[in-house]
Formats: sequence, structure tokens, C-alpha cells
Amino acid sequence: MSKLTDAFNNGKAFIPFIVAGDPDEASTLNNILAMAKAGADIIELGIPFSDPVADGPVIQAGDLRAFKGGITVDKIFNIVKAARQQIQTPIVFLTYANVPFKYGYDRFCAQCQALGVNGLVIPDLPFEEQAEIRPFTQKYGLDLIMLITLNSGDRVPALAKAAEGFIYVVSTQGITGERDEFDHRLAALFAEIKQYTEVPAALGFGIHTPAQAKALSQFADGIIVGSAIVELAAQHGTEAAAAIGQYTAEMKAALA
Amino acid sequence: MTNNYDPETAMQAGRYLEYGGQYLPEVLMPEINRVAAAYAKYKDDPDFLNEFHTLLREYAGRPSLLYYAKNMTADLGGAQIYLKREDLNHTGAHKINNVIGQALLAKRMGKTRLIAETGAGQHGVATATIAALFGMECEIFMGKMDTDRQRLNVYRMELLGAKVNAVTSGSMVLKDAVNAALQNYAARSDDTFYVMGSAVGPHPFPAMVHDFQSVISKESKAQLQDAIGQLPDYVVACVGGGSNAIGSFAEYIKDPSVHLIGCEAAGKGITTKQTAATMALGSTGIFHGMKSRFLQNHDGQIDSVYSISAGLDYPGVGPEHVALMDEGRAQYVPITDDEAVDAFEYIAKQEGIIAAIESCHAVAEVQKLAPTLSKDQVIICTLSGRGDKDVASIAKYRGIELNED
Repeated sequence: MSKLTDAFNNGKAFIPFIVAGDPDEASTLNNILAMAKAGADIIELGIPFSDPVADGPVIQAGDLRAFKGGITVDKIFNIVKAARQQIQTPIVFLTYANVPFKYGYDRFCAQCQALGVNGLVIPDLPFEEQAEIRPFTQKYGLDLIMLITLNSGDRVPALAKAAEGFIYVVSTQGITGERDEFDHRLAALFAEIKQYTEVPAALGFGIHTPAQAKALSQFADGIIVGSAIVELAAQHGTEAAAAIGQYTAEMKAALA
Repeated sequence: MTNNYDPETAMQAGRYLEYGGQYLPEVLMPEINRVAAAYAKYKDDPDFLNEFHTLLREYAGRPSLLYYAKNMTADLGGAQIYLKREDLNHTGAHKINNVIGQALLAKRMGKTRLIAETGAGQHGVATATIAALFGMECEIFMGKMDTDRQRLNVYRMELLGAKVNAVTSGSMVLKDAVNAALQNYAARSDDTFYVMGSAVGPHPFPAMVHDFQSVISKESKAQLQDAIGQLPDYVVACVGGGSNAIGSFAEYIKDPSVHLIGCEAAGKGITTKQTAATMALGSTGIFHGMKSRFLQNHDGQIDSVYSISAGLDYPGVGPEHVALMDEGRAQYVPITDDEAVDAFEYIAKQEGIIAAIESCHAVAEVQKLAPTLSKDQVIICTLSGRGDKDVASIAKYRGIELNED
């Protein structure tokens, strides 16, 4: 039923992330098309925010480049509209809560449905506060993506049971040198999630290389990569599509 | 007034009308729930409250004076003016009240490290002070713009053993310091307690700040009763995030005859872009863990704001203040840099008090208000902090070069 859940039927899913408008609208469209063509299973499109508290410096810098290029929410909807004329790959927005709130939840979700956006990841709208947007995501058939972290602890059952589309497992606690312990805790977290839901769970936490992705996909149903791709966008500017496409193809090959 | 708003019920639920809540990334939710549970457990605990009030008395130097400003009263020729002297507290501002409370809670939660954001530096100094007193590790996040204009306070925090982290992201002011502190909190919540300096952020922070700062109005109510046997007609306080204002208002919210006036920073004026007047110009949004009122554009991007006062230079305001405004229980007025600087000089010459530029936003409103009232009416104005830290920047504003070398 969910296009996002279905996207996990093609082996382990690869979910690349880019910042919408980085560095301009035309490049973003090219990058989306390149990722889709190279085998991305879901494309995560970040709506830039003035104060991205949950993002590191690489994505913050991408947001700043996008603002410099004059990006707005309506321009991002136009990018999606143009992309939808050429690709069917599911698209999710990553947005801070204030953007859809200010746009109006009803109007924002209606626009998402009309243009073919399949889900929303809202890092600062935790489970306890999701009730205010859920009537609108349901009304317009959008999946509200649940985030679960290594320290979610006794919250995991409730979060997993309420999940739809896919689960975004995220951690800021990956510490070099404690790799084995870290993998062990992640494996246990995925196993716990599986007890409560059939919804696939993807992992995103600063994964860069195909080898990492392959290793972590032993327990993750999909791999989300943000910073590594935004770094490519930073290096190649308006000509990043080829590099992003090639990277996407390598990552998907490692997961196939 | 519609009477939908009851402060006690709101604080328990973390919702002030539609405002408040806990809009945080999942990585912080388990910890904020632990803080809320710990606060619910200790807020009425006799041992906790006894320790809090003992430290307020013996370490912070409370009660602070309620001082009858005879010269200002005579000069302005209207209402009797009383000044609530939070500037006389240890560390020179009201911030210490709240920091003592939150640090005591942190200790009871087994935390060993305090972090905080700071604008003018007063909250950072207060946090560094209590960390030193309690033998806790301390790191203060402060926008680079603010570390530059408040160098004395930076050095003061370092003297107290704190590490000061000059935040260079965004517009390098208070909101950016909050962003950086939240990121650090997410990474270190196992040993770290985030001491929120203002009446902002996710529940339970606005409620905690309300409770710990309410000592200001508990005292002022009793002190005015002792002095002249009546309630004030007006309580005036400056508002950035709104911690000294909520503390100044708290005990009077249920006394409808007492007018509550918050003074926000208009910067260069509310018709310019160089302003921090959230109440005058903002709209409802979600930011820094709360639903509240923010200066933002039509896309929900948070504005860069400006005020001469680092402590009021914030694009939002505490959720309880927005509820008080919506209910018509409190009024909020914008005060420009020029008006605040005039007030800074006025109160120095009239009363021999160098008050913080933040507090002078309230003094400026008193200068406008007092002459319109009768001599049997009473205004309490909170002087939230002392102004030593501002002397250099006020001199600069007036075009005077101070050679400090």
C-alpha cells in the first residue's frame, strides 16, 4: 500500500539525501534525476532551514548554499513537480516542523500529495507532538516517518508500532574505535524494532563507503546517506549530477 | 479576558494555551522526559526546596531589595516607583535564582557537567558560578558576536573554571548559541544537564524557570505589603526570552488589578529590520523545542534579529508570555535602542544605579508610564541586572572612545 514500504522490495534499499536548492533549482532537479537513474530506491529531499539543530556542519553548509541561491518552499514544490514528469522514484521531504507549520499543515500536505511526495521526515516533531500533523498526513496519504535512535530505550515499542512507510534509525553516537560494540547495539536495536512492526527500518548515521553500507545492511533494511552526497554537491556545485549518480550506483551495487 | 489560561494547570501539562510542548529531536526525547520526571518529583520536595531557599539566602544574597526610587518618582511626577533590585544578587542579575534551582536538580539526577547558552553573558556567568560552587564541569555556548561585545563576561566565566565556546554558526548570536548547546546536549546527555537560562525551550524548562524565578514576585509582593500595605498597580519588566519578566509577574497573574507590562527590544525600531520585537512583529511557530511566537519569514525561516542588548537579542519568547498576551493578561511594548540608552543614563543620574541595558528597556517604559498615572498609584520595575558589563558599549553608542589598555 505504501510506496515507501514497497521501495524496500528491491534488495536492500539505498536512500540518498540532498538539500533542495543546493546550489540552485536546476542542479537539484539534475541531481534528483541522476540519483533515480542510478538506482536510488527512495530520494530524500531536505528543505533548508535557517536553524537546522539536528544537522551537522556539512548539511548546514548545504542549507546556506541553497538560501544563497534564493530557494523557497514553493520553488522546492516546483522542483518536485518537474522531477515527477520524468521519474517515479518515491520522494520524501526532510523538513523541520516550522516549515510545514507556517505553510499550514493542510495546505503543505495537500501540495505534497498533488505533486507526488510520498512521506515526511520531521526531525523536531517527536512522537508526542505528531498528533497535530497526523490528521493531514493521513488525509493526503503521506507516510510520517518515525525516527528511532540508539538511546530511544523504552520508547522503541511505541515508536515502532506507530511507524508507517519506513523507520529512520539514526544515531549520533557512533564513536570511532568502539565499532564492534556499536554494531552490536545497532543489531540489537533493529532486532527489537522487528518485534513490533513489519515496517522496514533504514539506517542513517554518517555512512560514507559502499563497504560500510554493505556491512550495516546485515541488519538494516536500507541505508540512508546524507553528508557524503552533500559533500559531493559542495565540491561540484552546479555540475554535481554525474558524481552523485556514480556514487549512488556504487552504493546500490554494494547493497544489491 | 477569556480565563482559559490557568498558570498551574498549564505548567503541569507543559501547554500554555496552544503554546509550549516538546518539539525536540528523538535523540533528546528520552532525556527531556527524564528531566520532566525529575522536576515533577522534586519541585515540591521539602529537602529540595529547603536547599534551594538556603542557597538563595546564603549564597545569592536574597531577598533582593525593593527600593523606593524617590528621585525618579519626583522627577516623573506621577506614580510611585519601586525598583526590584535583582542587580544586587550575587553575579549581578536575576539569572542566579534559576541556575541554583536547575543545578540542584542536575545534582539530584546524578549529572556532573552543566552546559548553558548565554546572550549577554549573565546566565553563563551564573551557570559557571554555580558549577564552581558545586564542583561540576561547565561549558558555556555563546555567539561569537556576543563574545566580542561582552569580553569581560567571557573572561569572568573562564576565571570561574568554565570553558567558553564561541559559536560561529548562523548569525553568531543567542539563537545560534542555543542551537550549538542543544547539539552538545544530544551528544552528552548521559553526564550533562542543559541549564536553560530563559523561560523558553521544551517543557519542563519554561515551567522550571517560572518556578525558580517566581521568588522575585513572591518577595516584591510581601515587601510592598510591608512598605505601604497594598498591591502594585503596574509591574514592568524587560522581555527577551522572558525569565525575569515571568518571575516578576508570577505572583500577580491571579491579581487582576495588577497590570503586567513586558518590554521587548525594538532595536532600531519596529518599522526596521533591525529589531527583536517578537510580540509586536512575530507569528506562531515551532523552534527551539517549543511552539511559541517567533520573528520569521513567510516560509517559516527564523529571522536574524538585532538589539543593542545581547540579552534581548532573541527571535522568540517564552510560551507562557504569548499565552498571557493572547489572554489579555499582560501587555508587551517595544522599546528602541535609543530609548533604552536614554534610560540607562537617566537612572544612573537620578538614582545612582547603573542598570543593565536589558533592564533599561523596562526603565524606559516606566519613564513613559509614570507621568500618566496618579500619585497614589504604584509601579514596580524589575532591574534584572547591573550595567557594568554595558558601560563600554554605551560609551561607544555615544561615540566616546574608552581606552582600556
